[in-house]
Amino acid sequence: MKKATLVFIFLSAFILTFAQSEDASAKRKTVPDVNIKDVFGNVFNTSKIDNGGKPVIIDFWATWCKPCVRELSAISDVYDDWVKETGVKLYAVSVDDPRSSSQVKPFVDGKGWTYTILLDQNSDLKRAMGVGPIPQTFILNGQGQIVWTHTTYAEGNENDIIEVVRKLAKGEDISK
Amino acid sequence: MLPGRLPAQDFLKNAQITGSFQADAALYQTDAAMGITSQSLNGQPIRMNGFTEFNYEYKNISAGMRFEAYLPPLLGYDPQYQGAGVPYWYAKYRNDLLEVTAGNFYEQFGQGMTFRTYQDWTLGYDNSLRGLRVKFMPSKGITLTGVWGFQRIFWIPYQNNNRGIVKGIDGDFNLNDIFNALANAKLKITLGGSFVSDYQAGKTMTYPIGDKIYSLALPENVACYGGRLNLNYSGVNFYSEYAHKINDPSQMNLYIYKPGDAILLDLSYSRKNFGIEVKSKWIDNFSYKSNRSYTINGLDINYLPAINKEHTYALSSMYPYATQTTGEAGIAGGVLYTIPKNSKLGGKTGLSIALDFSQVNSIKETPINDTTPIGQTGTSGYKTTFYSVGNAVYWQETQVEITKKFGKQVKGIFDYLYQTYNKAVVEGHPDDPVIYSQIGIADITYNVTKKLSLRWELQGLWTRQDNRNWAAGLMEVTVSPKWFFSVQDQWNYGNSDASKQLHYYNVAAGFVYNTTRIQIAYGRQREGIICVGGVCRYVPQSSGFTLTLTSSF
Repeated sequence: MKKATLVFIFLSAFILTFAQSEDASAKRKTVPDVNIKDVFGNVFNTSKIDNGGKPVIIDFWATWCKPCVRELSAISDVYDDWVKETGVKLYAVSVDDPRSSSQVKPFVDGKGWTYTILLDQNSDLKRAMGVGPIPQTFILNGQGQIVWTHTTYAEGNENDIIEVVRKLAKGEDISK
Repeated sequence: MLPGRLPAQDFLKNAQITGSFQADAALYQTDAAMGITSQSLNGQPIRMNGFTEFNYEYKNISAGMRFEAYLPPLLGYDPQYQGAGVPYWYAKYRNDLLEVTAGNFYEQFGQGMTFRTYQDWTLGYDNSLRGLRVKFMPSKGITLTGVWGFQRIFWIPYQNNNRGIVKGIDGDFNLNDIFNALANAKLKITLGGSFVSDYQAGKTMTYPIGDKIYSLALPENVACYGGRLNLNYSGVNFYSEYAHKINDPSQMNLYIYKPGDAILLDLSYSRKNFGIEVKSKWIDNFSYKSNRSYTINGLDINYLPAINKEHTYALSSMYPYATQTTGEAGIAGGVLYTIPKNSKLGGKTGLSIALDFSQVNSIKETPINDTTPIGQTGTSGYKTTFYSVGNAVYWQETQVEITKKFGKQVKGIFDYLYQTYNKAVVEGHPDDPVIYSQIGIADITYNVTKKLSLRWELQGLWTRQDNRNWAAGLMEVTVSPKWFFSVQDQWNYGNSDASKQLHYYNVAAGFVYNTTRIQIAYGRQREGIICVGGVCRYVPQSSGFTLTLTSSF
């Protein structure tokens, strides 16, 4: 039993170090190749997430997740301006399971959101991207590389997101 | 000339690794007022659940694993989780035509009525299939899936026929993609069908009830099959799924030989700022597990989630409904309307109103003949008619929710709910009364600056049954993007036993850095039930410190 605890602590320490040090590495991740669905029941391959060379935001959320809904509502208020200014496109990936997935489309429309909605009913993309608790947000540059990610939502986080997107749209270095 | 790059290097350098990590640790303490003694903690006040998951992807190949440790498991998790190991690993190859997975996998046919394997960490639930999965996509719009394996249950190795072998096939067809003539049609049609079979060896068994011993003949193969259809026309969507299961005597249905049926109908319409949905579900004798003697959470082959909305506020989720897989008739509907900003009703900032209703009843059951009582072991149990609705109410809920902004800095969510919860049926305590409760919630956020925000929750639950009235309050301070602090209390001020009018207070602080989150909390946890999807977990009361660490990479 003690051995297992040690292994666990070692693994955790390894991962945390790895996770932090990796930010600076040159090789950037892309979105894994997973088949999920759109709101009409069509198969959607996630390697096709694309915005013609402009930045992309991927947001993992669910209808029952209050912080997720707060985040997407806050972004929705300014989304038209963001699109006009930077050409950004937001994919809102719902991880609602069959209990609530049929509710996603009426919910999104009812809220007046205009994002591209994807359904990840059995968390296949969520697992492949290493997403833990939601919301988790990813920003992709024009080449489809993941350049920024953040978990949880605090009021005002949307300002950090648009800062990064603005820099990407202008071709600036986001590490500054 | 320089030598080319070695393939082995490429395998590491151009590969992509993702994963996540979580550790939940607790230091429980005794609490005289709550009746928690060192005995009730089993002399193990320090406990931890943790996992680490890795995914490796290189071109068409991916592989991964999850390490889990429960040393010992937190209170409320099945003690059979005690231990550590790798319950989940896989290797996958994929191209445009074919996808092959060896090892553990999560898969879902349709909405899961015949087959769904999934994992939920908070619930301590994992029914992944270990074996082989093949997906075949011969042309656009067609996906054929085959699965073959046995399910995970705690750390129990697969041996001695301790669970069945599950096999299944599924076809998913998008007619607009398949037929050129429909390519540009406004009506979108998708349909599918599945067939699942569970093989558990053993043609007979004996089953004692009281002083009588039944000798039962068993079906070694239990088949379950279903079909589904989705129609979409502009903003209207209609989904239907039907499934049938052959006789499957099990501990869940007390070994009756009746076949099972389940149907789901869902109709919705939406356009910008408006959405409406009505759905109905009818279930008769549809528990489907790969071990017929199991009644605990686990080894479920199919997925039958509750029809009502899932709640996350402390008091609206106090009485969560769970699907009665032996039989229920449910209906649910909801409307969401956002009144745009700068309109007469919506004011300068707009306003969202949501109305939701759900009700679940028993199904009608009549005896199979004059001499056999309903549900008699060894018989076909009872008779029912398709879509019959019985008189017993298991659950009912009406909810109104208003979301409103007040100027630029303040927003609020206001809820009123009326719930009817048949505790006797849902929790299986025959002597408990039906609980009728009214719940009010106000959730206010005040953005002081761009970085600093305050949030308050005020909640009340009023009922004459069970533990009677509750009040709850929360205050949260968030400094974006890194820090948060919260103080909350749930007070059972209405309990008819004055010594049980306890405060369940909790103080928490947390830190977030990119994708790493650390939270430390101290306080009391009230007894309750956590439900996600179709499964619920009992959480015993506790007191003490908890530490949660999550990270993803």
